Amino acid sequence: MATLELKSLRKTYLTEEIIKGISLSIEDREFVVFVGPSGCGKSTLLRMIAGLEDITSGDLLIDGQRVNDVEPGKRGLAMVFQSYALYPHMDVYKNMEFGLKLAGVPEKERSEKIQHVAATLQLEPYLHHKPGQLSGGQRQRVAIGRAIVRNPKVFLFDEPLSNLDAALRGQMRVELSALHRKLNATTIYVTHDQVEAMTMADKIVVLQKGVVEQIGSPLELYHHPRNLFVAKFIGSPPMNFFSAIFQNGGHDGSSVQLRDGTLLHVPVSPPDILPGTKITVGIRPEHVELAPASDDSGVVEVIERLGAITLVHVRCADGQIIVVQTDGFTTLEVDTPVSLKLPPQHCHLFAPDGLAFEACRRHPLAA
Amino acid sequence: MAIKTKRSTKIAVTCLGWGIALWLFFPIFWMILTGFKSEVQAVSTPPKLIFAPTLSSYAEVFERASYWHFTFNTVIISVGATVGALLLAIPAAYSMAFMPSKRTRGTLLWMLSTRMLPPVGVLVPIYLLARSTHLLDTCTGLAIVNMLTNLPIIVWMLFTFFREVPAPILEAGRMDGATRWQEMTMVLLPLALPGIASTALLSLILCWNEAFWSLNLTSSNAAPLTAFIASFSSPEGLFFGKLSAASTLAVAPILVLGWISQKQLVRGLTFGAVK
Ligand SMILES: Nc1ncnc2c1ncn2[C@@H]1O[C@H](COP(=O)(O)OP(=O)(O)OP(=O)(O)O)[C@@H](O)[C@H]1O
Ligand SMILES: [Mg+2]
Repeated sequence: MATLELKSLRKTYLTEEIIKGISLSIEDREFVVFVGPSGCGKSTLLRMIAGLEDITSGDLLIDGQRVNDVEPGKRGLAMVFQSYALYPHMDVYKNMEFGLKLAGVPEKERSEKIQHVAATLQLEPYLHHKPGQLSGGQRQRVAIGRAIVRNPKVFLFDEPLSNLDAALRGQMRVELSALHRKLNATTIYVTHDQVEAMTMADKIVVLQKGVVEQIGSPLELYHHPRNLFVAKFIGSPPMNFFSAIFQNGGHDGSSVQLRDGTLLHVPVSPPDILPGTKITVGIRPEHVELAPASDDSGVVEVIERLGAITLVHVRCADGQIIVVQTDGFTTLEVDTPVSLKLPPQHCHLFAPDGLAFEACRRHPLAA
Repeated sequence: MAIKTKRSTKIAVTCLGWGIALWLFFPIFWMILTGFKSEVQAVSTPPKLIFAPTLSSYAEVFERASYWHFTFNTVIISVGATVGALLLAIPAAYSMAFMPSKRTRGTLLWMLSTRMLPPVGVLVPIYLLARSTHLLDTCTGLAIVNMLTNLPIIVWMLFTFFREVPAPILEAGRMDGATRWQEMTMVLLPLALPGIASTALLSLILCWNEAFWSLNLTSSNAAPLTAFIASFSSPEGLFFGKLSAASTLAVAPILVLGWISQKQLVRGLTFGAVK
């Protein structure tokens, strides 16, 4: 059982404010992922929760108890560091034993727990190896084992997979998800990897410059980004953006005029803005449709074949590049004229202040 | 840039290395040699390289002064000063390396700058302090002075070694429930042990060879080996044979220790720059 509550947490280094009032509640057994660009304060926030950084102001509650001034080791958390941070002078067994020993767990019980965790993580053959003799993936497992063995209320991970190669990262990602289902412990996971965030999270927290941009389930962020920043950040390849003129709108949708004159009726309701305002239209590459050229609206400039899918970069008449994702079988070639179709139900509109227009109907998977 | 060093360059560098080493070692070599000469041979010109070695100087040295008494004092003072300095410096360097503040750099530089002061500048105050606390001519007094004069270098060296230990490892310890003290003793110290060893070694050598304070703050009771050497140079004119024999006896232990721990020492003196 563990719930976390962050109440307008702030962190100031010298004069610079790094975390600017973050409020968030985390449910028991939830897997929460912090994402955001480099330097946005993900690690700092995680370290504040861990107790490795002081909290300048605000409250941190674990299971309803304020723990701002509780020592890291007494908060009932375990952390897995990006660099693994294993004790180099201790073998794998001792690495896992250290925390138990400090907590005064009797020798026999320690040994049982370690054996059990080692079996779960397939670490048995390495129990008496020093970290220096292990591969990156094995070290990663030991770091996770060291966290699990203490049976913490909350797991904290700071980019735990970023030092592994792509194949191993994919494998560990699946293993971590499976482990989470098995242990059922509340987890906070920091990453800047989209795929990790989308696949593992129950809830994603998008951070930028020390503020929360949006909190929601992965599909919520994908289908209903709250603002331009989240729309740009979530999704790969990233969403296409172009400007348009707002015409009019109401509860059933908004009409916009694109630069080539096309009128588009998008099922989103406008905020309080005047007709004629310049706004931004966004559409994901996977939602743009390619049609044989009926006019000279676009020319294929680059084709990236990834096997299962193909990314087609189309240069529009006004010079802007729009990326379109199609299947892997397309026979399109560079310099072919094409025209683009933008299905209105997949378009996102953003007011000049960057906030998204409210969707008239929520996506069924992101209710 | 040539990837492989040319053979001729290698030979030249090797020769240069040996040349410098021999040049540095020559005085010590000459001292050892002179110790085995009679007083007449010792001052003969031109100096003799080939001679019938004699132990007469050594015999006289042992007869005239209690070598073991001086050695005992030196060991007590060096070890005492080193242990004391480490006890103070380890927590200091730990906090500077892992919990630095705005003033940490400045403090370190200031500490080091005190080493640049000529010791004679504070001779009178230290002498008076030692006298009024009844520490004149005691091992304790000399150990304290040695400890304090070496403390800046020791803190600086330990700071450099500690900084090589990745902070997340200590933080992992804290997450595992270690107190600051446990974090220092159970995680940091084992990791920094090679650095601490070379720091201790350097401190031992500095204390062993320290002469200025030894000569000024002791007379007989607590006189260390440096005073032992000096006692053969002043009173009745210079006797090179005996002086050399005494000096050889004085430096022999530390020379042997240094020889045994060469590797540690080199690592220590390069301040952890070589990994
Ligand atoms: N000890 C410190 N003193 C001063 N500024 C710091 C300190 N630690 C972090 N910062 C600043 O805080 C900001 C956030 O850092 P943080 O490490 O939390 O970013 P991050 O989101 O984890 O980035 P990354 O994805 O690169 O790990 C950065 O601008 C960094 O320069
Ligand atoms: Mg980080």
